[in-house]
Amino acid sequence: MAEVEIKPENRVYGKSPLITDNVMHYCPGCSHGTVHKLVAEVIDEMGIAERTIGISPVGCAVFAYNYIDIDWIEAAHGRACAVATAVKRLHPENMVFTYQGDGDLSAIGTAETIHAAARGENIVAIYINNAIYGMTGGQMAPTTLIGMKTATTPYGRDPRLNGYPYKIAEMLTHLDGTAYITRQSVHTPANVRKCKRALRKAFETAMAGKGFSLVEVVSTCNSGWKMSPVAANRWLEENMLPFYPLGDIKCND
Amino acid sequence: MAQQQQEVKLMKGNEVIAHAAIRFGCDAYFGYPITPQSEVMETLMELKPWETTGMVVLQAESEISSINMVYGAAATGKRVLTSSSSPGISLMAEGISYIAGAELPCLIVNCQRGGPGLGTIQPSQGDYFQACKGGGHGDYHLIVLAPNSVQEMHDFVKLGLDLAFKYRNPAMILADGAIGQMMEKVVLAPQQPRRTNEEIAAECKEWATYGKPADRKRNVVTSLELQSEAMEQINLRLNAKYRTMEENEVRYEAIECDDADYVLVAFGSSARICSATVEMARAEGLRVGLLRPITLYPFPTRPIAELAKRVKGFLSVELNAGQMVEDVRLAVNGAAPVEHYGRQGGMIYSPDEVLAALKQKLIKA
Repeated sequence: MAEVEIKPENRVYGKSPLITDNVMHYCPGCSHGTVHKLVAEVIDEMGIAERTIGISPVGCAVFAYNYIDIDWIEAAHGRACAVATAVKRLHPENMVFTYQGDGDLSAIGTAETIHAAARGENIVAIYINNAIYGMTGGQMAPTTLIGMKTATTPYGRDPRLNGYPYKIAEMLTHLDGTAYITRQSVHTPANVRKCKRALRKAFETAMAGKGFSLVEVVSTCNSGWKMSPVAANRWLEENMLPFYPLGDIKCND
Repeated sequence: MAQQQQEVKLMKGNEVIAHAAIRFGCDAYFGYPITPQSEVMETLMELKPWETTGMVVLQAESEISSINMVYGAAATGKRVLTSSSSPGISLMAEGISYIAGAELPCLIVNCQRGGPGLGTIQPSQGDYFQACKGGGHGDYHLIVLAPNSVQEMHDFVKLGLDLAFKYRNPAMILADGAIGQMMEKVVLAPQQPRRTNEEIAAECKEWATYGKPADRKRNVVTSLELQSEAMEQINLRLNAKYRTMEENEVRYEAIECDDADYVLVAFGSSARICSATVEMARAEGLRVGLLRPITLYPFPTRPIAELAKRVKGFLSVELNAGQMVEDVRLAVNGAAPVEHYGRQGGMIYSPDEVLAALKQKLIKA
């Protein structure tokens, strides 16, 4: 088949120049790749690549530093907001964000997250909530839904045995140091666009020195959930979104 | 040239850490209160260096957070320190291991108290193993400095950070509650400027993450490597660095060791006590010397091995159940008797108790 030549003027979409050529390790259908793309686009469009420092977590996104062409610091499990606090305090002119999963940000790192938010650190935490520990093989997360089966809740999450899932985004809204708290998803093209707008708003909030921002992204983990990508998107809509409703939760303008 | 007027003050060991950090141009301090070292952060907050040198001082929500703030600051090439006491250092162990693994420079001050557990707030040297043999997980070493005076608390802030940057390795000042709380005369260094971001970019361009300029590749600070072959190469590189430190950075003080029949080995506050023991013993006609390791890692193995060829015995005097004595025995390697004398729980020996222990454990035999 002859190659189709695409004229530059007809090109409506391209890879962000900040996305590297490294092959992503994420499973097909996983939300991480989409969120990475959006983060790269926002940094590029704001023209702040030289001033942006990312803090990557322990979890599936541990290798985020392989995919976005900026300086990165790999934090210990849960400690990203503490690391980001110091970087931002010492480099107030820079954009500093963390990229964390639900186990990282809202289980082992709860204290670091809440206190960075309470202090009103001018950083952004990007919070991937897929209700499961993906990298370690699908164990229960703090966000695992009631009844949801995981490697450590093989009969479904039972609140009497495993406790209840919690919404750290709503909790953070009560803190005076938080400026912008939002919950997004990337399971449809429309949601992808909304998520990008939210990321941009969070980054601008941090650069304006207005306080702490959290962008939660309700995400799929089709491998951990043991579903096809399409089924995972459907499951997210039917099960995750009723419990984790989308939209801005707090917005100080 | 006119002699510069020296600034001499009477100060606590903990207070002087704060003054030295500002004067030696540190960029940041992150900490969490714990007895017996809380005066470090209290003094910094009182001095408000953010209004003068621009140094950042922040009280974190835990030692876990403060050491990870240190990690973040160090990752950007800044000169950063924290301080704590034994239980707090245990909480920092994970972060210290990451800092060592990511090869970042920083300074950690441990003003030791007695343990295990919550233990006591009184002085101890019970964290020798933790400081010198790891403390956190994985194969790594800290550069460990043991001050025996308020002046050395001051001087080692600079020495510790200089060595940390020279080797891109965390350094620790292993003090104790006695050194931290006692007041002594100290000569303060003149104020030195903090390095500018441009100087840091020039000096730390290869590794620091202050934002990627167009003229270099992105820097990534990490201790992660999942390929075993590559991870082993990292371990081997770290090992080579530790061997270089052992070759070049051993510091110690030998007091009356030249003609000594018996040598006390002691660090920090114990060494202060033992120097009085040496005087008492000499007055009795006993030829006793003192070898004081200033670097606990790298340990002064060679000078001890040299002494072992001709002395009748070593007494390792420590405020613990016997920790450094293991390194003394390794250095002596069977060439002479090695005994330990210690007290615990915040109890401190007097010089004559040390002399009595020396007589009882070694000289009588």
